[in-house]
Amino acid sequence: MTIYIALIPAIPLLGFLVLALFGSKLPRKAVGYIGAGSVGIVALLTIIAGIGFIKSLPQVRSYSVVLWEWINAGNLKADISFSLDALSLVFCFVITFVGFLIHVYSIEFMAKDDGFSRFFAYMNLFVGSMLILVLANNILLMYLGWEGVGLCSYLLIGFWYKEPANGYAARKAFIITRIGDTAMIIGIFILFLNFGTFNINELMQQASGKWVAGSSIAVLTAALLLGGALGKSAQLPLQTWLPDAMAGPSPVSALIHAATMVTAGVFLIARTHVLFSLAPVVQAAIAIIGALTLLIAGFSALAQHDLKRILAYSTISQIGYMFLALGVGAWSAAIFHFMIHAFFKALLFLAAGVVILVLKEEHDIFKMGGLRKKMPVVFMTFLIGAASLSALPLITAGFYSKDQILWYSLSSETGNTVLWIAGITGAFLTALYSFRMIFITFFGEAKTQPSFLPGKVMTIPLIILAVLSVFGGFIELPRSIGNIHLFSNLVDNTLPATIVRESGHSEILFQSLPAIIALAGIYLAYLIYFKRPALSESFNHSRLNKFFEKGWGFDRVYDVLFVKPVVWLSEIDKDDVFDWLNIGISKLALLANRLLSFLQNGKLRWYLMSFTIGIVLILTYLIFK
Amino acid sequence: MLTVPIEIQILFAGILFLLGLIGLLVRRNMIYMLMSIEIMFNSAGLVFVIAANHWKQPDGQVMFIFILAVTAVEVAIGLALLLQVYHHFKTLDADSVNKLKDYN
Amino acid sequence: MNIFFYIAAVVAIISTIMAISGKNAIHSLLFLILSLLAVSVIFYLLNAPFIAALEVIIYAGAIMVLFIFVTMMLNVGIENKNGNKLTNPRKWIVSSILAAILLVDFILALKNVPASPSVDQVILPKQVGISLFSTYLLAVEIAAILLMAGVIGAYHLGSQKKKVTHRFLEKK
Repeated sequence: MTIYIALIPAIPLLGFLVLALFGSKLPRKAVGYIGAGSVGIVALLTIIAGIGFIKSLPQVRSYSVVLWEWINAGNLKADISFSLDALSLVFCFVITFVGFLIHVYSIEFMAKDDGFSRFFAYMNLFVGSMLILVLANNILLMYLGWEGVGLCSYLLIGFWYKEPANGYAARKAFIITRIGDTAMIIGIFILFLNFGTFNINELMQQASGKWVAGSSIAVLTAALLLGGALGKSAQLPLQTWLPDAMAGPSPVSALIHAATMVTAGVFLIARTHVLFSLAPVVQAAIAIIGALTLLIAGFSALAQHDLKRILAYSTISQIGYMFLALGVGAWSAAIFHFMIHAFFKALLFLAAGVVILVLKEEHDIFKMGGLRKKMPVVFMTFLIGAASLSALPLITAGFYSKDQILWYSLSSETGNTVLWIAGITGAFLTALYSFRMIFITFFGEAKTQPSFLPGKVMTIPLIILAVLSVFGGFIELPRSIGNIHLFSNLVDNTLPATIVRESGHSEILFQSLPAIIALAGIYLAYLIYFKRPALSESFNHSRLNKFFEKGWGFDRVYDVLFVKPVVWLSEIDKDDVFDWLNIGISKLALLANRLLSFLQNGKLRWYLMSFTIGIVLILTYLIFK
Repeated sequence: MLTVPIEIQILFAGILFLLGLIGLLVRRNMIYMLMSIEIMFNSAGLVFVIAANHWKQPDGQVMFIFILAVTAVEVAIGLALLLQVYHHFKTLDADSVNKLKDYN
Repeated sequence: MNIFFYIAAVVAIISTIMAISGKNAIHSLLFLILSLLAVSVIFYLLNAPFIAALEVIIYAGAIMVLFIFVTMMLNVGIENKNGNKLTNPRKWIVSSILAAILLVDFILALKNVPASPSVDQVILPKQVGISLFSTYLLAVEIAAILLMAGVIGAYHLGSQKKKVTHRFLEKK
């Protein structure tokens, strides 16, 4: 059992090494097999390990394995050790399974690209780092995985590096997540300083024992870790990098910026949930940030005309839902929504990738249209994905996961009506923009003709993900409908169960409201974008639309506040003022040399005179002493 | 027997030495410079002999003999070098052999 | 006896001044020989007759003659009246001031000179010879080596380097 846990992060890293060193010399087929195969093997191992784990419940709740000693310097000890529990099992399953499908898809997607082996090497490195992140036993190793995924995100966003804009987007992503990473490492320092260990379980135990709930140190540490989560998960105020990160290839967007890396923040908060329970202020802040982000991103998605940017803002919005769930203590609901979101968002990105590729790199949805009849399979899968995103009632998995979050945001111990209203509004917006996307892209007259039809290698992963987007939700049905709690039973082995207030809220009423709202949103989208597109045209040119499209002006604010002063300062320091000390010293030495070299003029009598003066001085001094 | 006070004797030797020093500093012709050095050597030897007389020991005179030997050698070699300088620079001016100056 | 000392001293100083300030090289050298002879007289008055003889023979007789040979060989004539301006007092001022300062130091230093023993005896050359070859034997040997080095050095340094090429390589 433990051997699987050790192998799971190791195999993708091995794949990365092989591809990085030899990839350019291997034939394309071999690269594809190695790249996708390594993730496939790991997916299989995860399933085997998962079955073994579930069988041994509830006696054994976690397995750990220590591989070797990493750092041992005085008091500072950290090992390379992994542990598997319910939370990391769910994440591993999503990462490896969805990752495998994306890798297979990429074989055909990147088939004409020159950097084929480089792409798979980076993707394998990413999967390996992400697995290290979720399986890590101690927080320092988790930080290693954290940084690793940040690095791979940079490498993969800027994959087509010959275009400067892509490099700029990659740098922006890296720098903004760096801000979060710095906060996180300071939080790790504080934890180590107080408890002397890096092991996450020990940290949580000691924290709950020694720190008083609401004490300033707990709040500080929790806030710092939250900063790290905000950076990686692209929430307020560090959300500006994700829309620009769409400069990378679509499989990258699917894997990193939909399914896995951006959910690392969710994972971190869930892992260290004890700390957040000790700082209720911070947990409330998580909920508020989640609510605000999902609204802002929702409005922004409504105004975009780049297909992938709509999906990017949609991702920000959905992760806002997960944060909302974490903030009100609905731990298993957040993880459930994570899993379902991974399925349909990866599906949407992959399908969008097919559309863009087929239409020869056309990103603007207003230049697409009428693809329903030309690419039926892609249309069906895209429709299923969008329906799941909009939480179409009863038949999509998205309904069950989002519904759970909305219910808990109202009824949980720390939930309230304001959060619920924000969530409902967000659901309406989600339905509106997703079906806006569908109607404009797939219906109407075709403005750009598709150049070819996608092959089986690309469409089969789409179909598998579509199936999961529909049937994946049936493992967790609310009490009023089927009362199946397979998922939460599994996750509750690691995370605490959500505490629900006993209130007079009728569960059926408040669970059917989101369903009605979602349907209303779809109908409104149908009215505006299908029946009368002219109505949206006038809105397109309004100032409010431009405001939403620029992401509520966050980019401009950051540019003025941070970027311009730094650039101005470095302009001042163009001549490297601080180097003047060094230059000054060397110039002084040269000056002294030039002055002193006048003394050596080669004239004999000059030297004799200097002897004599010296003798006179010394003797006079000695005589008169 | 000589009853000149010892200070006067040494002062006399000192005056000779200083005259040699002045000659060395002032003259430009290298022959004169070497000559002035000879004057200085001679006065140094004079001091030794004065001291030998003062302390009634032969060591001072022995020292003068050695000084004499050294002076002879030094003059020989010095004049040989002077010949080389003259044949190379065609002048005996001390100020014109300033090729060893710093590049400035 | 003291009067002879003073006369010889005055002669030595005056002739040295004439030597260093002369325009004619040969005249300066001859004045220097005169100075050396005066110093030799002083040596005799200082109970060192052997040294007095050595001074005349070696110093005035060999070293100064060597000087005169070289001066005549190099044809060092009268110093150019227009160029160097030897009589210009300005050139002598600085050196004289320095020498005067040193003289003052000298005089001040001479204040603490210990008294001499009362017995007055002549130091015979025999004593000097015995001392030379018993106590200072090593120094004598070293002086001999030095003289040999001097001879060899003077020979090499004094020779004119003629370019010697093999007869087959000579230009026709």
